Amino acid sequence: MSIVNEIGRVLDNAERVNDELNSFLSIERTGALEQAAAFDASAGDLPLKGFAIGIKDNICVKGMQATCGSRILANYKAHYDATAVERLKVAGAVIVGKTNMDEFAMGSSNESSAFGTVRNPWDIERVPGGSSGGSAAAVASGVVRAALGSETGGSVRQPAAFCGIAGLKPTYGRISRYGLVAFASSLDNIGIFGQEVPDIANVLSVVAGRDPLDSTSADVEVPDYADELTGDINGKRIGIVRDLIGEGLDHDVKDSIEQAIENLKKLGAVPVNIELPHAKYGIAVYYIIATAEASSNLARFDGVRYGFRAEEAAGLREMYMKTREEGFGAEVKRRILLGTYVLSSGYYDAYYAKAQKVRALIKQDYVRAFASCDAILTATSPTTAFKIGERLDDPLAMYLSDIFTVSANLAGVPAVSVPCGLSSEGMPIGLQLVGNFWGEAEILRIASAYETAFPLIGKPSVFVG
Amino acid sequence: MPNCEAVFWKLPPRIFPAESEIFMDVKHVAKLAHIAITDEEAALYGPQLAGIVEYIEQLNTLDTDAVEPMLGGLTVEGEATRTIRADEVRASFTPEEATGQAPDPVAGHFRVPKVL
Repeated sequence: MSIVNEIGRVLDNAERVNDELNSFLSIERTGALEQAAAFDASAGDLPLKGFAIGIKDNICVKGMQATCGSRILANYKAHYDATAVERLKVAGAVIVGKTNMDEFAMGSSNESSAFGTVRNPWDIERVPGGSSGGSAAAVASGVVRAALGSETGGSVRQPAAFCGIAGLKPTYGRISRYGLVAFASSLDNIGIFGQEVPDIANVLSVVAGRDPLDSTSADVEVPDYADELTGDINGKRIGIVRDLIGEGLDHDVKDSIEQAIENLKKLGAVPVNIELPHAKYGIAVYYIIATAEASSNLARFDGVRYGFRAEEAAGLREMYMKTREEGFGAEVKRRILLGTYVLSSGYYDAYYAKAQKVRALIKQDYVRAFASCDAILTATSPTTAFKIGERLDDPLAMYLSDIFTVSANLAGVPAVSVPCGLSSEGMPIGLQLVGNFWGEAEILRIASAYETAFPLIGKPSVFVG
Repeated sequence: MPNCEAVFWKLPPRIFPAESEIFMDVKHVAKLAHIAITDEEAALYGPQLAGIVEYIEQLNTLDTDAVEPMLGGLTVEGEATRTIRADEVRASFTPEEATGQAPDPVAGHFRVPKVL
């Protein structure tokens, strides 16, 4: 089968499910078929030749839109490739579309997108999670085997869990952020969704590694991650934080996580009790640091150099204020206001400086924990996917769905979510494995062994595979 | 300009350091952030932000006097990565690319409303 035929089939599938799921903001038929034809015509072997992939709409692909799910960038087109995208293209991958997302990646349900919410392929009355909900739904519905997302506090892992697929947040500095629209620079990562863990490993091997265009990307050797998926996890020490498997977890999630620990034992892994005493402060630290950095990063959207500009403003200042009033949605405004407040004169030490110190304590917890274990196991999210609209009026309740994921972003360690069961209502549950710095191979190996031995039984109601 | 009359929302008492009350003037914060907000938005965001600030106040129960703050997100290996390059001219965006998507471009410049 030619690559053109295969990509044509993927594009048809993307269009077919999009009416129901709204997972793609653009389906790039012309560009994808041109890329496919070029790969058909070239004889060389490439690691991802003809591999269809979706890209979150806050990651730049030359010539394609990059709306970030926001009205303020509704007509913006990127004129360069993000480094991760460039590496995918060079490796033979074909970009089939840009995926829907919470506006500027701020949200845990995909409901803050200016272009409509994404629906969960398992139950279209429920959210897919966020902020990378479009990428998650595109992979879960079988349109593509993999997609890029972005993570600031769980925005790949939580939607992966809600949609019953695998999702990785790498170590900070593992994947270049060049071409990823900045939200909170000290927390942002490009992450990867896969139908299965080997899809993530194949993509990670291509996109990881030092990039001179991102000074925070680190010079650390990149292994062939697919080679690392040996299936052998005998003797691996799995850190269990008893405090985090208790109250606050849905019953079904708790039962599923307890079962997962038993399952890992059957594979030869050894549970060890560990403590992360400061993990409970993660959400508070996150919402100070992330909003503070966002208030600064999003200052660039002012109606001057690109994007939307409000009409009929009397002067420059009023133009800025009206442009941002009309261009940003409620959640983005709420976070810019919070970030502005915590950085404002007189409050900096009480909030931002304090949060940086507690962030250091959270990181220390992980460093200590990894002296006695190889990976740390938690639930990815305390609940399964909730109903659309259910948490819209209560931002704090929405934020708390990230309670198990944010601390990996604060510490900078990698983490993967892999399905570990279905709830009594038939919604997927995710198991999170957090790794030591640069330990992607270790957590992917455990996750892969798990999904191979204990695959998720069941399929989404919207599925084109 | 939109109505910028102050709207104060009472914030919860501080746990540490002890202060009696904090007020957040939502419209003032919005002005600092260059966002015009309506009275309705201020009435919506005010209590929501107060609730979030109340939640983040829990950090002040922790004694962090002896803790070095974590600045940025770099790992040890990231800190050690050499990021300086030779100071050489390199290709970049053309003026057309740089200004081509501006709302009001004029002859290679960005035009904005009058400042004065």
